Amino acid sequence: MAHLDGVVKPKTKRSKRFLDHRAPKLLENSKNAMIMKGGNTSETVTQALKDIVIKIPFSFITNLLLLFLSQEFFSKKTDCSLFLFGSHNKKRPNNLVFGRMFDFHVLDMFEMGIEKFTALKNIKNEKCAEGTKPMLIFAGELFDVDNEYSRLRNVLTDFFRGPVVPAVRLAGLEHILHFTAADGKIFMRSYRVLLKKSGCRTPRIELEEIGPSFDFVLRRTHLASDDLYKTAHKQPKGLKPKKKKNISHDTFGTKFGRLHMQKQNLDKLQTRKMKGLRKRRGAVVVENGGTTSPKKIKTQE
Amino acid sequence: MKKRSRNNSVRKLVTQLMTSNCGAGAVTRAESSMAACSVEDVLAKAERDEAERLKSISVVKELELEFDVGNLLALDKNPVELRGRSQDREELLRALARDNVQLLVNEIWKLPAERTDDVLVVKLPEASTKLPREKPLPKVRPPTKWEQFAKLKGIQKKKKTNLVWDEVHKEWRRRWGYKRAKDDTKEWLIEVPETADPSEDQFAKRNKAKKERVAKNEFNRLRNIARASKTPVAGLGLAPRAQQSKSELAQAVSVARTSTASVGKFQDRLPKEKAPRNTGKKRKFQPLLGDFGNEKQKQLEMLKVMETKKPRLDVTKAVNKQLREDEEEEGRTRRKKGSGKKGDRGKRGAAGGKGKGAKGSKGGKGARSTKGKGRGPHMKQGKR
Repeated sequence: MAHLDGVVKPKTKRSKRFLDHRAPKLLENSKNAMIMKGGNTSETVTQALKDIVIKIPFSFITNLLLLFLSQEFFSKKTDCSLFLFGSHNKKRPNNLVFGRMFDFHVLDMFEMGIEKFTALKNIKNEKCAEGTKPMLIFAGELFDVDNEYSRLRNVLTDFFRGPVVPAVRLAGLEHILHFTAADGKIFMRSYRVLLKKSGCRTPRIELEEIGPSFDFVLRRTHLASDDLYKTAHKQPKGLKPKKKKNISHDTFGTKFGRLHMQKQNLDKLQTRKMKGLRKRRGAVVVENGGTTSPKKIKTQE
Repeated sequence: MKKRSRNNSVRKLVTQLMTSNCGAGAVTRAESSMAACSVEDVLAKAERDEAERLKSISVVKELELEFDVGNLLALDKNPVELRGRSQDREELLRALARDNVQLLVNEIWKLPAERTDDVLVVKLPEASTKLPREKPLPKVRPPTKWEQFAKLKGIQKKKKTNLVWDEVHKEWRRRWGYKRAKDDTKEWLIEVPETADPSEDQFAKRNKAKKERVAKNEFNRLRNIARASKTPVAGLGLAPRAQQSKSELAQAVSVARTSTASVGKFQDRLPKEKAPRNTGKKRKFQPLLGDFGNEKQKQLEMLKVMETKKPRLDVTKAVNKQLREDEEEEGRTRRKKGSGKKGDRGKRGAAGGKGKGAKGSKGGKGARSTKGKGRGPHMKQGKR
């Protein structure tokens, strides 16, 4: 497609749909993650990346040499706003960089070193199905108190959250990712949840370790500036549900509406014409005696 | 719900006790012996049992966890102490994880559950963690001319049916497009109206009218786009981004410098700022009055050149250059013709709507290209 003034004009319905899918929208798509291997990666890092690919839905894995400029290009091409970059060199062994982007420019980046790593295949038991939405738990007061750690918590939530769903099947809550911040390290463990019978409705939880386990050390970070972070968080006004006025519900579920009328002139009100009640010539004689004056009935003629 | 279950359990216990302790006697006898068993004991036992059962799912924590059930997320702010060997550490982590997961699951189970298709499903509330967006907010388009008019007059959009009944073909056809219901162009007979000139070609007239309508529509569409995009966008380097290159910053500096009332003429230069390279006069003229010697030299040189027999223009070179240009032209027009014939015609039509100048130039180009096609001997009579 030729570029006219930097704007691509779609020629078919299909390409138009494709562009609309990638255009900025009110309600956004789930974020895709791009997983890249640097020029020199050790066995640990490769295995770690491969394990994480399984964890995160919608991820692409590429073998990309270190060019950071083309990283933006790649993210634009594949429409990915999260990236995970693995590398290994003497100064920074077993390095993983978790990052996310806003408008295809880097927003936040966190460089973590892998101290200890147990791969998926090393832990021999039954794993849970790929693509289940995991539960995320962050433990440790550092995640709340420290600025960098709370931003890291945000980034990790973004990465591992999975697609946003309105409802979840109770029996399908199988997978849990547990992050602990202690002793200057971050321990990431992945467990499978077994719901055991307890006396009441809520089941008792038993955990079984599956999945890769990481001991991370936080190295360099690149946090977004405050105003950029604020711009990234701007929510559109249209998303707030519009409150419908003048509609109320009863305790029985009946829906009530409310009409606002203008002031009516009751003198000139048009009502039904009841012929029998019309004024007749002569007074009406009451049985009990005594005549009463003919009753004046207000009818409109 | 809890009360009911407790009641049930109490009733179960009572019946158990009645049947076990008091034997299979008459109902009245059982009732009297129940008084002996003491109701308080029964209730106390029931409560203890309940507490024991709840113990299996209750977790005690110093600080309450923060839950974001919409994201299935929990944050535990209690300080974590991990000491000991790696084995102990794993155990500690696992115990901690189990407790936290139990609390989270308790929260999730508190939500109202529905049964859909034999499966228990819980409706999740809105996610409370604020995550940044992927892309910036979509820009609101300004309303087009028609939209403004419709809003002013209160005209609503009427939903039209997809298919229309075609009397001629006696079937349902689409409203517009290929094989549409009332296709003007397919008519084989057009009555000449009385007011019209008898020698006028009605078919050509209809075609021309359609072309004019298409051109007008295209023109209006482009005008709407132009009006929509008229919002001023800052140039490269002027809107602040995360990382700005040296050239972008330099451009921003130069733009800031010239944005004064006197276009930066009296603006002092900063200590390390370098002078701009491409500014200044673009053409230099010789002074009108002054030294005539230079002018005389120039004129004499020109005369000398005109006198020589050697031609200034190398004819073969010029002809080759011209041929090459023509070939390029033909290649371009052939490519354009191959890809989009209609597009080209549409563009020419739009140009006609815009102005005579544009039309003239396009018409000229077209004429040249066709002439070129005829001239070249090695040109194939390819696709038309």
